[in-house]
Amino acid sequence: MRIIFKTDYMQDIRPWKDGYQLSLYLILLALAVAAPFLLDAFYLGELNNVLIWAIAGMGLMILTGHTGQASLGHAAFLALGCYSNIILMESGVPFMLAFPIAGIITGLVGVLIAIPALRLHGVYLAIATLALSILADDIIVLTAEWTGGVGGKYAPPVNVFGYNIDRWGTPDAFYWLTLGVAVIVTLGYINLLRAPLGRSFIAVRDSEVSAQAMGVDVARTKAISFGLSCMVTGWAGALMGLFAGAFNNETFSIIISIELLMMIVIGGLGSIHGAFLGAMVIGFLPQFLSLSKEWIGALTGTTISLPGMEFGVFGMILIAFILFEPMGMYGRWLKIRTYFELFPFYRKDMFKRQKSYLKTERLR
Amino acid sequence: MSLLNLENVTLRFGGLTAVDRLSFSVEKGEVFAIVGPNGAGKSTVFNLISRFYDPAEGSITFDGHDLLKSKPSGVAAYGVARTFQNIELFEHATVLQNLLVGRHRHRRSNLVSEIFFTPAVRKQEIQNRHYVEEIIDFLDLQPYRDKMIAGLPYGVRKVVEVGRALATDPKLLLLDEPASGLSVEETTDMRWWIDDIRRQMGITVLMVEHDMGLVSGVSDRVLAMADGAELALGTPQQVQSHPAVIEAYLGASA
Ligand SMILES: Nc1ncnc2c1ncn2[C@@H]1O[C@H](COP(=O)(O)OP(=O)(O)OP(=O)(O)O)[C@@H](O)[C@H]1O
Ligand SMILES: [Mg+2]
Repeated sequence: MRIIFKTDYMQDIRPWKDGYQLSLYLILLALAVAAPFLLDAFYLGELNNVLIWAIAGMGLMILTGHTGQASLGHAAFLALGCYSNIILMESGVPFMLAFPIAGIITGLVGVLIAIPALRLHGVYLAIATLALSILADDIIVLTAEWTGGVGGKYAPPVNVFGYNIDRWGTPDAFYWLTLGVAVIVTLGYINLLRAPLGRSFIAVRDSEVSAQAMGVDVARTKAISFGLSCMVTGWAGALMGLFAGAFNNETFSIIISIELLMMIVIGGLGSIHGAFLGAMVIGFLPQFLSLSKEWIGALTGTTISLPGMEFGVFGMILIAFILFEPMGMYGRWLKIRTYFELFPFYRKDMFKRQKSYLKTERLR
Repeated sequence: MSLLNLENVTLRFGGLTAVDRLSFSVEKGEVFAIVGPNGAGKSTVFNLISRFYDPAEGSITFDGHDLLKSKPSGVAAYGVARTFQNIELFEHATVLQNLLVGRHRHRRSNLVSEIFFTPAVRKQEIQNRHYVEEIIDFLDLQPYRDKMIAGLPYGVRKVVEVGRALATDPKLLLLDEPASGLSVEETTDMRWWIDDIRRQMGITVLMVEHDMGLVSGVSDRVLAMADGAELALGTPQQVQSHPAVIEAYLGASA
């Protein structure tokens, strides 16, 4: 059991609780940096994929997990980030410039869409953003001149300071590029959460009326959150495009939007950890399922083929989490950790939410 | 000049006149209480001041500003803070984070400086935390400092909400039934806090309260309302013995 004595404000401002926690994260980072030497090409590629999903997850987490606005349209912003990055690169902009600009373009478009869309609440917002996902497909086909439409596009080679980065040719370098983006986004996200803007996101999520009463401009805050969310999602989209190598109007389908939302719910809404944990589930689940299929096949001597099984299993995991662990995998982890930290003083109802009053919709 | 001034304010919800040509003003430094039976329109007056509703008629000015020209978020910027009758805290955040949101109106940083957490942001954060820690000490909230709101007992939430409003460093504090649902001891604490808020911090208080003991204990003036309109205005004793007030209460309970 660790007890932390607080003697200075920086202890609360610092993102880590104490030296112990900091060293754990540094070890994790060191392992992540060393991964190309520890894993074979196949698993490195899988890990790379997980990291890209984690970046996309952080993008959606800002909006849904921290500002409380659900979006079923984020695949559209993955697409926008992907296509703007590639189009910029094709027109001669170096990658080191094209990549950040692609995110910024996506963020600005996000703000423009947010201004009317975020007047909607809850399920209406979800439906409006769902339409966005469907529209994106059509727009890509209609603007085939730039996007390649149904025929799609191939990612051009990436050049960083004269060094060629390519998913197949130099998988290590591509992995480190992704890791770099993931680390930068994570650090920016952590900073935001310990600053006034991040707190105003949480305020808007938990109570719009009292956020207003505290001087938070709700419409503005939501628009900023949407913009930041889209910017990060745009970067993830750009990486996805480069990672896939080829893509067309169907790559960023509505299924991707739904998967992204399911992923952060499973990981744990309202925490950066949740984006990473959810990405691991989505990244390793297909692997896990095909392995289990082989095992079951070997045991029973039959071959199983169930189309759409992956998505079905994913859905069942989601339902299980919503029913039994609404705080997601991160919430479960917190409980396990508290159990060990307090051992043997953990009480069963420690995390039980108290329902102490009835909240009505009406202001009183 | 009065700190807060409502003049001939009327608000209708469809056919119901929730606030009916109401005028009153709150002077700097006083504790002003609004009393009245359920449904009298007391909370609606607060929501009008917070700009959640637009009055059909009338004017509301605060500290020389026409509040009707301001957005809801602008009211806090002028120095008005409030609590809610049904408690509106940020449930999935800690007590400390809730109070820190109160500092929002003093934010000088922007999106970019916060993403990089520049030294200026760090300095501002330290100041915010210094301010908030004093409120935590004042309201005896130390044991709950890092606890999530979801899971805190009702009485503590009520106090946290007062703390969050104080964190905005307001000129005027609106308290909507600060003692409702509190035990006798908690109500006594609340009474001393309101006294200190006025005397030590120099904050003007406008409160809605049913507990007449608390009202006569802390307030300088009392406004009694019924059906959205003024019944009586004066010292707690004057209002309590006013025939119209006695009738309204007896009428309401009969
Ligand atoms: N948003 C709303 N829509 C319609 N009617 C409302 C609304 N808010 C309040 N009312 C009505 O306006 C009247 C005044 O309500 P208000 O909440 O201001 O009363 P109150 O004096 O605060 O009462 P209480 O002591 O029960 O809190 C009531 O009749 C109430 O039903
Ligand atoms: Mg009320």
